[in-house]
Amino acid sequence: MAWVNDIIQGILIGGLYALFACGLSLMFGVMKVVNLAHGDLAIIGGYIAVGVIAVTHIPVLWSFVIVVPLMALLGYVLQRTVIQASLDRSILTTLLVTFGLSVVIENGLLEFVNADSHSLGVGNAIITSSFSIGSQITIPYLLLLIFAVAVVVLLGLQYFLSVSRYGRLIRAVADDKEAAQLSGIDYRHVFGIAAAIAFGTVALAGIAYGMYSQFSPTTGTDTILLFAFAAVVIGGLGSLWGTLLGGVVLGVAQAVGAQINSSDQLLAGYIVFLAVLVFRPQGLVARGAQS
Amino acid sequence: MSEPNGRGAPEASRRALLEVRDLTVHHGQLRALDHVSLQVFPGEVYAIIGANGAGKSTLLRTIAGLHQPTEGSIVYDGKDVTRVRPERRATSGVVMVPEGRRLFGSLTVEENLQVGATYARKGPWTIERVYELFGWMRERRNQRTAQLSGGEQQSVAIGRALVANPRMLLLDELSLGLAPVVVQRIYAMLPQILAAGLTVLLVEQDVSQALRVATHLQCLLEGHTTLEGRPSDVTPAQVEAAYFGLSGAAAAGPSGEGSQ
Repeated sequence: MAWVNDIIQGILIGGLYALFACGLSLMFGVMKVVNLAHGDLAIIGGYIAVGVIAVTHIPVLWSFVIVVPLMALLGYVLQRTVIQASLDRSILTTLLVTFGLSVVIENGLLEFVNADSHSLGVGNAIITSSFSIGSQITIPYLLLLIFAVAVVVLLGLQYFLSVSRYGRLIRAVADDKEAAQLSGIDYRHVFGIAAAIAFGTVALAGIAYGMYSQFSPTTGTDTILLFAFAAVVIGGLGSLWGTLLGGVVLGVAQAVGAQINSSDQLLAGYIVFLAVLVFRPQGLVARGAQS
Repeated sequence: MSEPNGRGAPEASRRALLEVRDLTVHHGQLRALDHVSLQVFPGEVYAIIGANGAGKSTLLRTIAGLHQPTEGSIVYDGKDVTRVRPERRATSGVVMVPEGRRLFGSLTVEENLQVGATYARKGPWTIERVYELFGWMRERRNQRTAQLSGGEQQSVAIGRALVANPRMLLLDELSLGLAPVVVQRIYAMLPQILAAGLTVLLVEQDVSQALRVATHLQCLLEGHTTLEGRPSDVTPAQVEAAYFGLSGAAAAGPSGEGSQ
């Protein structure tokens, strides 16, 4: 029964990983930008939440109301300036620039908020407790909540992309940005909107991580970015539901690895990641709409 | 349907809707266009013909804003648009149907038209009207365009341009990769499209097709203009010489007058 419990925990933690991954997947799908600063930006979201909570005393669970719009704004501005400028040169330049951004953010955080770990104590008795099924299975409400948030975010994104006007423009620009220009569409603005949405999900990922665990200035690259990459690759680039599946597979692999030997948790996850890269490089869910 | 500079007025008193002056465009080291000029008047169907690599598509893409010229200027509706971004040119009425259709492949037929209509000018064309023009389209509006035949895709590409309500419609190689019968069917639509008061600048490799619809003709060869005039004023031999670059006595054809 311990196995069943671990697998259930793994599935639920997969929701957190999917939250890490969906912004990365969206930015790659639309702009072809591999954002190496993705994890650090999530951590910035976490620190902004710490600051916002300290100043306004709003409950941790509601901090997203302020943090998500702030991060979305940051996303639009970064896309229209630094990222677009590097895209205009070449795709490879975006790798270098976002890597540089990552280094700057990490060292900036070390400089201004120090290297101590922070977390976002939920302070809600129900959320921090858990419930049991039988005697062996224990499910923390927090993980269930994060999983639900991930599903809602993915459903919302899916709905937005398929029916809204801007969603349609985002898909059109992702297909062929030159043809979009010929239809009068300023693809740079559409890229900005897509980045704003991606950064909004990044903010949620940062807050969720802060509620689940502790974070420090280096958590962005050594945990969030790597897990996000693994989830995206396992699930299949450009597929939102693949992202959730990828997160869940990664979570379960880690849980099973930990059950075998507690030091094998991360290794097991990366072995699955590598296996998918070798045997099914398009990911478990190949994007059907690819033209 | 008549515009301020309507086609009823005598040619001399009208202002060109589009004027290209001494345009030179490079692709890297290669000079794709060499001091090409043209004037398109309202209501005209202006055809650019020429062999592969003559610079026809480069000319059209530069007019649409997708290439920056190294020299020369483009004036649309009396304003210099040489440095204006492609999307701004489109919203001001210069809309191109690009070579190879370039539809949004993961979008449905209707979504492609909706994208085309997003920043449309005011005018007679609506998605509904496009469905009336192409009878089959309404029933299949929820299909992905990737599933359509080449001719159907070309029709959607034309529809996507029309719903933007262009004043100046640029058509780049409509016949490319399509069966002759399909090409004829698409060109047969042109009068209905023109009836709404459009001016057309088209590029075509298929000379006979271009001659059939054009009111004005210009032939390019290796980036230079080799022939220009009304279809009724040029002889087939002149067109042939201009198209293949046969000059004077060297011409193999029955008439070697050339075009120079």
